Amino acid sequence: MRITVNVDGTSYADDVEPRQLLVHYLRDTLGKTGTVVGCDTSNCGACTVHLDGHSVKSCSVLAVQADGCEVTTIEGLARDGKLHPVQQAFHDNHALQCGFCTPGMIMQSIDLLANNPDPDEDAVRHGLEGNLCRCTGYQNIVKAVRDAAHHMRPGAGPEVERVTDVRTPSHASGGE
Amino acid sequence: MTATVEPEVGKARTRKEDARLITGRTRWTDNLTLPGLLHMAFLRSPSAHAKIANIDTTAAKARPGVIAVLTGADLADEQGSLPCAWPVTADQKAPPAPALAVDTVNFAGEAVAVVIARSKAEAHDALELIDVDYDDLPLVLDLESAVADGADLVHPDLGTNTSAVWIFDSAQAGTGTDVADAIADAEVLIERTYRQQRLIPSFMEPRSVMVDPTGEHYTMWSSTQIPHILRLMLALTTNTPEHKLRVIAPDVGGGFGGKLQVTPEEVVCLLAAKRLGKPVKWTESRSESLLSAHHGRDQLQKLTLAARRDGTVTGLKVELLADMGAYLRLVSSGIPILGAFMFNAIYKFPAYHFACTNVFTNKTPTDAYRGAGRPEATFAIERLMDELAAELDMDPLELREKNWIKHEEFPFTTVAGMTYDSGDYEAATARAKELFDYDGLRAEQRDRRERGDSVQLGIGISTFTEMCGLAPSRVLGALSYAAGGWEHAAIRMLPSGKVEVVTGSSAHGQGHETAWSQIVADQLGVPFDSVEVLHGDTQISPKGLDTYGSRSLTVGAMAVLKAGEKVIAKARRIAAHMMECAEDDLEFAGGQFTVRGTDKSTGIADIAFAVFSAHDLPDGVEPSLDSEATFDPENFSFPHGTHLCATEVDTETGMVKIRKYVCVDDVGKVVNPTIVDGQVHGGLAQGLAQALYEEAIHDESGTLTTGSFVDYLVPSAVDLPSFITDRTETPSTTNVLGVKGVGEAGTIASTPAVVNAIVDAVRHLGVTDIPMPCSPMRVWSAIQAGGAR
Repeated sequence: MRITVNVDGTSYADDVEPRQLLVHYLRDTLGKTGTVVGCDTSNCGACTVHLDGHSVKSCSVLAVQADGCEVTTIEGLARDGKLHPVQQAFHDNHALQCGFCTPGMIMQSIDLLANNPDPDEDAVRHGLEGNLCRCTGYQNIVKAVRDAAHHMRPGAGPEVERVTDVRTPSHASGGE
Repeated sequence: MTATVEPEVGKARTRKEDARLITGRTRWTDNLTLPGLLHMAFLRSPSAHAKIANIDTTAAKARPGVIAVLTGADLADEQGSLPCAWPVTADQKAPPAPALAVDTVNFAGEAVAVVIARSKAEAHDALELIDVDYDDLPLVLDLESAVADGADLVHPDLGTNTSAVWIFDSAQAGTGTDVADAIADAEVLIERTYRQQRLIPSFMEPRSVMVDPTGEHYTMWSSTQIPHILRLMLALTTNTPEHKLRVIAPDVGGGFGGKLQVTPEEVVCLLAAKRLGKPVKWTESRSESLLSAHHGRDQLQKLTLAARRDGTVTGLKVELLADMGAYLRLVSSGIPILGAFMFNAIYKFPAYHFACTNVFTNKTPTDAYRGAGRPEATFAIERLMDELAAELDMDPLELREKNWIKHEEFPFTTVAGMTYDSGDYEAATARAKELFDYDGLRAEQRDRRERGDSVQLGIGISTFTEMCGLAPSRVLGALSYAAGGWEHAAIRMLPSGKVEVVTGSSAHGQGHETAWSQIVADQLGVPFDSVEVLHGDTQISPKGLDTYGSRSLTVGAMAVLKAGEKVIAKARRIAAHMMECAEDDLEFAGGQFTVRGTDKSTGIADIAFAVFSAHDLPDGVEPSLDSEATFDPENFSFPHGTHLCATEVDTETGMVKIRKYVCVDDVGKVVNPTIVDGQVHGGLAQGLAQALYEEAIHDESGTLTTGSFVDYLVPSAVDLPSFITDRTETPSTTNVLGVKGVGEAGTIASTPAVVNAIVDAVRHLGVTDIPMPCSPMRVWSAIQAGGAR
């Protein structure tokens, strides 16, 4: 089947098998290997991308379902050499170790902040419930998302997929 | 060249590694591809124990896109036996361990055939067309039944299900007295049986391997912790000349011991690429990973603690049954033995006996998982200390203090024969009590009990230590391990003043690139950003023993420092020549050689360029500052700490909530506090997960019923609390930085702290134990049974 998809700002038209998952289309056809596969039951969230501005697990979406849509992956977040505030906050707060869950975790965090621009710890934990991390124990991820929230103006939906120019020093490290 | 003013070591640097990981510019093995790449898929046995009567691959071979279908019979002459590097006893029994099963299958999930096809989908489609006839054999699934007289056998040719019996006895070893006397003379005996449930390491990146046979070498990319060990073992196993094999561990998404392995899939991938002359790749699914990658823990512990009524512990007897699963993998047999030196923990009791029986069952093989033998031991002793305190009606912290090694008694040789170089249990405990509000929470606990509150509060303690930094080669030799425990490093001074640091310790999330840069920046006086750390490729980093057992900093970084000393010594000779002075007149600090008492100086970058141009070097001096070094540690590393956990237990539902978790760890000097905190958080999460959530369960047919992330409960963000972490700093005396390992500490310490807290919350209801994981159902059942008593 023929699909037309805009991924990270570039439009693609491809013939895909009806059974092909969006994540495999991104990885195998487009070479967007920043998005990864961590499980086969949609529990881990490593493959999370944005479809028309909202997070989806790309292992649970068929490529044909993305026809006519805009997809944003981890590779499309940084603009003009500047990191997205959530990417920056993950770095500043040591919210990753092996980094395999990180693309999905960042994409889900952006969606979470779109729905709730100033989440408390509990809201962050619930918002990330569908994304597993085996390295960090989540503590610094929670910290990073809340740090990012402080660096982003309140916004909603795709509006949060932007880069701020102003950075203030990150919070000191240590327990919450 | 500007000198580094503020020391890098100790700085909370953000990580160099992050840039690629937060932008998706990563090289996971599954991201890689090559022209003409073929894809593998494995057919796995649904039966846990069966004879393979027949395999028909005709239909699969005929399917479009399929290049080859191979069975164990096809590979029987070349696949060898998967290696076990740890014959723990001279008479250890180990069955042949084929990569693809040949005559029998011994666990559900064992690979029996492989399809190699032009696409992954075509390979998977063809699996369904392979027809295998299995003749079921008797199952061995239970540890105790496996060692009973007349038990069915996993490997009938061995004549037993016992692989080895390994014993340490303090009276025989001369490290203490006879435990039988201690038990006979005891005023109090605490006898318990604990189950260390089977766990699955559950690294987030599924395993993946690709082999390219093009050219003069076989190049393997693998999601492995151990590229160097893997290269050697594959060479020995498959009869591939070692110098014709290159192993690369690109970005690796976690390991936790689970990727400390030489896997059947790596062997088959290499053999398939050799046979077909084409590059071949395999990437597992999550369910395949949970089923067939090695599992961890799975021990039955029979424990007898002897004590006097004043709380003085006088002896400990440990009898273990350790489940190896169906085969011995790389270090399966040694994992429980690592625990032998840890059951005595931080305590001074004089008599100790440890006996471990390694047992075969028809289950997935077990091997290293974060902590590897030491979490099991720590759980046992820390649970027993709480049980003894309850028996004697003593405060469990006071009981511990009565028995632990005092700060002024270090170095201290334990009843298990280890010499702990340093420690300050008093300081860590005092700080933890303060952060925890120990006395306040005890008061609240009393209040809730008096009120008969449906939600009860419990306080759990774990004053742990562990041995890590694997390991002094002589000690490994004495324990019959096949390899040593050294680590290798090289430093290359580039003409532009930049520095390449090559480490044999292969990182997969630990932050070596950042931490090693900090260490070298201080040592050579170069900027942090001028240092590039290279690892994980046997051609770039030809020597090494890789990453496990919290060894990277305490062993690997010491090799880096040793190489750096050689660089400085070479540079000193050239600096003396350049400034026309004696070498002894030179001081080296902040990257500058200065003639003592003058302002004459030369920077190390200038020397590096002078060496590169080589126009004016002293006679007989080779034009290179580059140096390498191998470091063999003189002792293990003994981090310690005090962990305090408060749980709220709903006595009506059995639901457990972690109210507060405080840990004060002592990992000696800290190179990067941010990385150390991260290691502790992640370690705690995995230890809590054993206490509360995770268990690999097999049904009566030997089928893994927790074969996906729906059933195997890796905790999510809502399942874990925020931890309060702090540190005391008692420098190690056995390495120049004073550092200790940290990678496994949180996991080792936390499991007993949590279970102790749960039991403490409901002990007044007649509960003395709850099997792990302490699910609401199990906690509720224990309360019901306690009340009925």
